[in-house]
Amino acid sequence: MTQGIGRSGRCGAAALLLVLSIALPSQAIQIERVISPGGIEAWLVPDHTVPVISVSFSFAGGSAWDPEGMAGLAELTAVLLAEAAGPYDHQAFQAHLEDKAIRLQFHASVDRFGGRLSTLTDNQDEAYRLANLALTQPRFDAVDVERVRDAALVDLRRDLGTPSALARRAFYAAVFPGHAYGRDPSGTPDSLAQVNVDAMRRLVVERIGLDTLLVAVSGDITPGKLGPVLDRLFAGLPARAQGLAVPDVTPAHGGETIVVPRESAQSLIVAGQAAIPRDDSDWFAARIMNYILGGGSFSSRLVQEIREERGLTYGVSSFLAPLEHASLILVSGSTVNARAAETLALIKAEWRRMALEGVTGAEVADAQRYLTGSFPLQFSSTGRTADLVLQMRRFDLGLDYLDRRRTLIESVTVDQVNAVARRILDVDALTVVVVGEPEGVEATMTVPRSDTRG
Amino acid sequence: MRVTTPHFVIGHATAIAVAVLAFVLVATGPRPAPAGVFNPETFTLDNGLRVVVVTNRRVPVVTHMVWYGVGAADEPYGKSGIAHFLEHLMFKGTDEIEPGEFSRIVARNGGSDNAFTSQDFTAYFQNVARDRLDLVMRMEADRMTDLRLAEEDVVTERDVILEERRQRTDNRPRGLWSEAVGAALFVNHPYGTPVIGWADEISALDRADALAFYRRFYVPNNAVLVVSGDIDAAELRPLAETYYGSIPRGPEIVRRRPPEPPIRADRRVVLEDAEVFQPSLQRRFIAPSANQGDSAHVYALDVLADILGGGATSRLHRTLVLEDRVARGVSVYYQGTSLDYGSFSIAASPSSTATVEALEASLDRELARLIDAGVTVVEVATSIRRMLAAAAYARDSLMRPAYVFGMALTTGQSVEDVEAWPDRLAAVTVEQVNAAARHVFTRSSVTGVLLPAQPVSAQGS
Repeated sequence: MTQGIGRSGRCGAAALLLVLSIALPSQAIQIERVISPGGIEAWLVPDHTVPVISVSFSFAGGSAWDPEGMAGLAELTAVLLAEAAGPYDHQAFQAHLEDKAIRLQFHASVDRFGGRLSTLTDNQDEAYRLANLALTQPRFDAVDVERVRDAALVDLRRDLGTPSALARRAFYAAVFPGHAYGRDPSGTPDSLAQVNVDAMRRLVVERIGLDTLLVAVSGDITPGKLGPVLDRLFAGLPARAQGLAVPDVTPAHGGETIVVPRESAQSLIVAGQAAIPRDDSDWFAARIMNYILGGGSFSSRLVQEIREERGLTYGVSSFLAPLEHASLILVSGSTVNARAAETLALIKAEWRRMALEGVTGAEVADAQRYLTGSFPLQFSSTGRTADLVLQMRRFDLGLDYLDRRRTLIESVTVDQVNAVARRILDVDALTVVVVGEPEGVEATMTVPRSDTRG
Repeated sequence: MRVTTPHFVIGHATAIAVAVLAFVLVATGPRPAPAGVFNPETFTLDNGLRVVVVTNRRVPVVTHMVWYGVGAADEPYGKSGIAHFLEHLMFKGTDEIEPGEFSRIVARNGGSDNAFTSQDFTAYFQNVARDRLDLVMRMEADRMTDLRLAEEDVVTERDVILEERRQRTDNRPRGLWSEAVGAALFVNHPYGTPVIGWADEISALDRADALAFYRRFYVPNNAVLVVSGDIDAAELRPLAETYYGSIPRGPEIVRRRPPEPPIRADRRVVLEDAEVFQPSLQRRFIAPSANQGDSAHVYALDVLADILGGGATSRLHRTLVLEDRVARGVSVYYQGTSLDYGSFSIAASPSSTATVEALEASLDRELARLIDAGVTVVEVATSIRRMLAAAAYARDSLMRPAYVFGMALTTGQSVEDVEAWPDRLAAVTVEQVNAAARHVFTRSSVTGVLLPAQPVSAQGS
């Protein structure tokens, strides 16, 4: 597409393209390892810019650990932990949090059960006390349980009309049949009805223990002060949680195309296949490959071909999803129904081209510059920083990761990217879900809208 | 002054469904916080470009933003969507940058960039390492004056925007419904026209429309430069002079939109759709803004919104969700940072067993009780104390301070107004809150109802 705009234009552009090496000091972000008197380890990024402290933490066992027939348990429990605790019923607990501007939330991903606490420096003692109550003495009052369950039911109904939720459900149900990853983490009306207080209390006992606890902290606190704080925040937690084994799984139904019919102006296409885990030695080669393919926002091949060249979509992108027991690469984009087949063909063509022809040195260099240079931009708030550091711990990346990351990315060669593209990308292995009324897309498998297991 | 990201702002690109699909990560965004005192530095260039600097040396990065005092409400009649269309086209090249290269150059330099349009402003930003600030300032200044548009790029991008409209609105009954409610709230003022534009009018927009709009509004005296992060005014000033200082001042921009007539009739907007499985209710009122109408009410309305809907102990949460059990949740939103009218909006979804009628009856009762008996001294004191305490979170962010000042300065407010927010909020009295409540809630309203085309029980949920 790029029509030259004239001679002077090219000169100017050439001047701007001159890119110097980016010396972004990762040392601007210092991580300190803190061990509490009681033996709890936390990684801390001290930051006294603003009088705010954020603590992110997680335990093994997300929604994939929910018992058969009880999908949604982890998500419901996460909401209820922050509802009422210790001597305080719902209104009293919420008033204590709000009076001191304390933000306490729990959440479940498929693999982890976690929380985030943010507080003003002045109010931190109260914040640790309330968070500890939530972790150790959640109330699960019947009236709260029924209200939260009802809210989840309402959200499920809303999801029934939401293309992205329909696509997500159909995709994971298709690629992980019979596995916990194939269920929707939010459950179904039937599975939500099965969730009870006993199961929630069991979840707390089984999953919330010091042995799988990971903690990251950022903000207005020193390493010396943090030690005793950790012991207070997590006081009373059992040394060991019980744990549960979830089997590894590889995606099924590669090559299938599933159409979820929905009266609509547009079709949403979601497709995916197996990729590689986070600890694979090719991880950064895969990150660079994905950036070039569809991860790099305006710069990616998918955006160039589908949006910039043809105006077929507002957004199309790909990403890697390294779950604990499976690894995926996914792509997603929306287009007008009449051109769904064309858009899907273009996605597949880029998939194939990447696997067959690989990438250029310039593309790899651009990706490396972005992935190294943009990293510090992510440390934009104490909460975000705590989350990023927790992620480093979750994938066991080591305390020196911020120093090593640049080298890990810059040392990746074109050959390595091409090799990982050949290794991962297989257009015939893509499981495709289209939600809408796509013209010219033949379904090979059908999934009724309501067919989701609990 | 408030620092929530308004829901009516739309942007150049979005992470779309991917973010939703990635159930690996669970979003736990903190609730929106009011502004604190950011202690900015300000200066104005000879050509009229206003500059705001907010220093934050946490990491060696900066947010660089240029805000133009022009939005969808400034569009010529019949050209809806041109402000947002132009925002997209600003990435299509200049005399120095080839089409599509702008964002690639930013990315190659380890930065990220985007843009967004609202009724009142259009803004462009880059997040980059401090040592890349020169580069993005040069490129942003370049496209303030030297945009070049190729016909085929314009036509392709128009298709992108029609896809954006389908994704945001046409493919979502909820989006169509909100658009219709907005159009019923403002029947004459252009705030009733969606920012993205009506589909038929978007389809007819062309290169000449975009360039005319660009030449008229994209001038330094109608722009605000906001830089936050690892920089101060002494460091920024020479750069601002170098890159933006040489751009000539344009004609004065007068932004005068047609007024909204006082409509006494309540309006009701009902959408039934086969793709709706969960009903919703919203009620919206036109309200004063900081720049128009009876602005004395603005801070009291901030407090009122918090009393009614700010969290789990708020009035409407306690009454509609906990006591009556007719709502799954309630949200209350006062939009007071507008060049023209503000709005006060209440939205709720019925609980799984309640009807929209029952929900609406409870809401009516609570609003009647509010007008009749008012709020209490304790409620006002508690809300003010909590909002002030939470203000520190607004500073715990790179982009948010820049966003606050950009929005304020393109909607008729000053840096001093932003900085005075805690003092003015703290001075609000119970009498003022009750007067503001009567002022807004005794006017006509628009009630929106979104319903399944068939009874919920007939659906296969």
